[in-house]
Amino acid sequence: MRLVDLKEGQEALVVRIDADEDLKRRFASLGLRRGSQIVIKAFSLNKSTIEIKIGSTLLALRKEEADKIQVKVMEKI
Amino acid sequence: MKSLVVALVGQPNVGKSMLINAISDARLKVGNFSGVTVEKTEVSFEFQGVAIRIVDLPGTYSLNDYTQDERVTKNFLENEEYDIIVNVVDATNLERNLFLTTQLLSLDKKMIVALNMMDEAKKEGVCIDEKQLGNILGVPCVKVSAATKRGIGKLLNRIVDMVHFKYEGSKLTFSEPVEEEIEKIVNFLKEKRYKGDENYRTLALKLLEEDKKTYKKLHDEPIWIELLPIIREALNHLYIHYDTKDLSEIFALERAAFAKGAVMETVRFEKKDVKNFTEKIDSILLHKFWGIPIFLLFMWTLFQLTFEIGSIPMEWIDTFFVLLSDYIKVVFGDGALGSLLADGIIGGVGSVISFLPNIMILFLGIALLETTGYMSRVAFLLDGFFHKFGLHGKSFIPLVTGFGCSVPAYMAARTLKNDKDRLITLFIIGFMSCGAKLPVYVLFAGAFFGQENAGNVLFAIYIFGAILGLFSAKILKVVVFRGKDEPFVMEMPKYRLPSFKLIWHTVFTKSIMYLKKAGTFILGASVIIWFSVNYPKQPKLEEEYASRIETMQDEAQKSKLLNELNQKKLEYSYLGEVGKITQPFFTPLGFDWKLSVSLVSGLAAKEIVVSTLGILYALGENVDEQDRSLIKNIKNNIEFPVAVSFILFIMIYLPCFAASIVFAKEAGSYKYLVYLFVFTTLVAWIVSFVGLHVARYLT
Repeated sequence: MRLVDLKEGQEALVVRIDADEDLKRRFASLGLRRGSQIVIKAFSLNKSTIEIKIGSTLLALRKEEADKIQVKVMEKI
Repeated sequence: MKSLVVALVGQPNVGKSMLINAISDARLKVGNFSGVTVEKTEVSFEFQGVAIRIVDLPGTYSLNDYTQDERVTKNFLENEEYDIIVNVVDATNLERNLFLTTQLLSLDKKMIVALNMMDEAKKEGVCIDEKQLGNILGVPCVKVSAATKRGIGKLLNRIVDMVHFKYEGSKLTFSEPVEEEIEKIVNFLKEKRYKGDENYRTLALKLLEEDKKTYKKLHDEPIWIELLPIIREALNHLYIHYDTKDLSEIFALERAAFAKGAVMETVRFEKKDVKNFTEKIDSILLHKFWGIPIFLLFMWTLFQLTFEIGSIPMEWIDTFFVLLSDYIKVVFGDGALGSLLADGIIGGVGSVISFLPNIMILFLGIALLETTGYMSRVAFLLDGFFHKFGLHGKSFIPLVTGFGCSVPAYMAARTLKNDKDRLITLFIIGFMSCGAKLPVYVLFAGAFFGQENAGNVLFAIYIFGAILGLFSAKILKVVVFRGKDEPFVMEMPKYRLPSFKLIWHTVFTKSIMYLKKAGTFILGASVIIWFSVNYPKQPKLEEEYASRIETMQDEAQKSKLLNELNQKKLEYSYLGEVGKITQPFFTPLGFDWKLSVSLVSGLAAKEIVVSTLGILYALGENVDEQDRSLIKNIKNNIEFPVAVSFILFIMIYLPCFAASIVFAKEAGSYKYLVYLFVFTTLVAWIVSFVGLHVARYLT
């Protein structure tokens, strides 16, 4: 599923990023890459922007970017 | 004496500027959002007999030249001369910070890692074994805290020490598949006894990472023919192993894995999951429905305070200058000198200085917004809205900076990657009324709306300017700068309570700059304007009126004639002539020649608008002898609709001379400045015209 489809508070694993090289590198330098664990922290109105947490980094994404990130929900143990 | 150049590199929000402040007591601005250090700044000082020059480079998440300021950093590191890199990392966010460190290690330069924010790390229960970390990285790590100034001396000692030792090369290692391929290439180069500037490992790594420069260079050498199949095979191995042909992704994963490994071996978390302070605040400030109203409330409060609190000392300052000019007239008489000092210099400079309290409060507010980390949150909240107008959420940062001063705002726009987004932002920064326009607003709001409403009016003016800016952005986006949108990916820094010292420092520096401007630039302009108001002398006119006044018995009629004379004198002065030339352009907007002149002189700096009005109305007609404050004069001489139209024009037309130059520089061409001039003047004229007629209709 896509990152945008997650709900607030859900944890997920990044499985694939379908972005161009530039954006992918940008993601990587901010800690967002294949295998990263993320938590959804907040949505703004209409989900137009999304706040996620990776490790101890808080990151803001736009819906269009979050669309390009495929994730797998992690079951809470 | 020995000299030493240090390149200070780090990701944004790691406290780099604060560290350099702690090191050198330099006066740099420190902010808690990406893009405070937009240009490299330098600090020189002496330490243990060594002349140290520290170059503070803009914060960068990686060396991938994604944004313009990241390019500044990359270019410097690759092309300029320096002795050592000091990589500042945030100890509370080590893993991500080490990602950049791994890229820096590949530069093959002497390096020290400064583990900054150790005080915060300790509070959060993060323990770092810096010796072990140093061993893994192959470069020394030093714990420091810029906030408490601990470890600074040690860091400097290490920097000076390092110069004496030879650089041994980094210990950056990759996973086995990559290392294997590196070894194959290195072995081949060894066998061929290849002679190059770089060591074999670095060269091999650059080949695998597809570094363009390296390929270009090797392409022209005989070894290329034999090297090519080896590289091709190596790459193929990597593709299979990683299940992707994207090399930048492969190496990003590699570097991330190295960083993660280093953190796992050297960092212990002593406290268990404490509910994060930042996340708690975010759950309120980023609330889906309350987030934006809360933000608007903050802004409203700021403008209320700007007016309410600012008006108290303003009155004292005003009274002081009125008394001072009276006193000067007593001492120097009513002649040319007395008038120059009292009406010209005190009238002009005094009226500008009296707005200092307002300016200080405004800058205090902006400084708080910048340093606490709230700015990025607002970008998050507003991006959805901004995006509809063709702007980027990040544009918010330069735009808010624009409320303080357009010059740093233009520079802050560099954090925008896409040229078109950046140009749109640059074009509308002027709509965010800068601090220098504040005096004009305060003056007119105070004159026409009374104390209780002035704060609201001020808020409304700023908001209206911003909305106008948004619509202009949309028009520009649709008509001129069509193109692809820049992705919105932005770090939200931790909330930090800014130190009182830092905030005070920012406000203080800004205030001093304002006063300096008042004492030099505005003083000069005031003298020029005073002169062009009083000359050329009109002896004929004066004689004529003098004889007419003598024949009058009635006091009221005498003063009426005197006023008439003063007005005629103004009209035929140099400035009056300038006013008349520009008047046809301004008449439809309701401006008399005085307002026209002040607008023209305002092209140099917006403070001059007030000082010009100050001089013109101190000399002009209808001067109330009881209360000669400028506010009263404005109120008595200008009708309300004209005032509205004037405020609107001020709000929109070209910012000051200095800002215009910076704009041209940041936009990349002077042709854009011409566009900006035409664009803003046109919009200003139309909006003022509409404003005038709407206000006439309503009153």
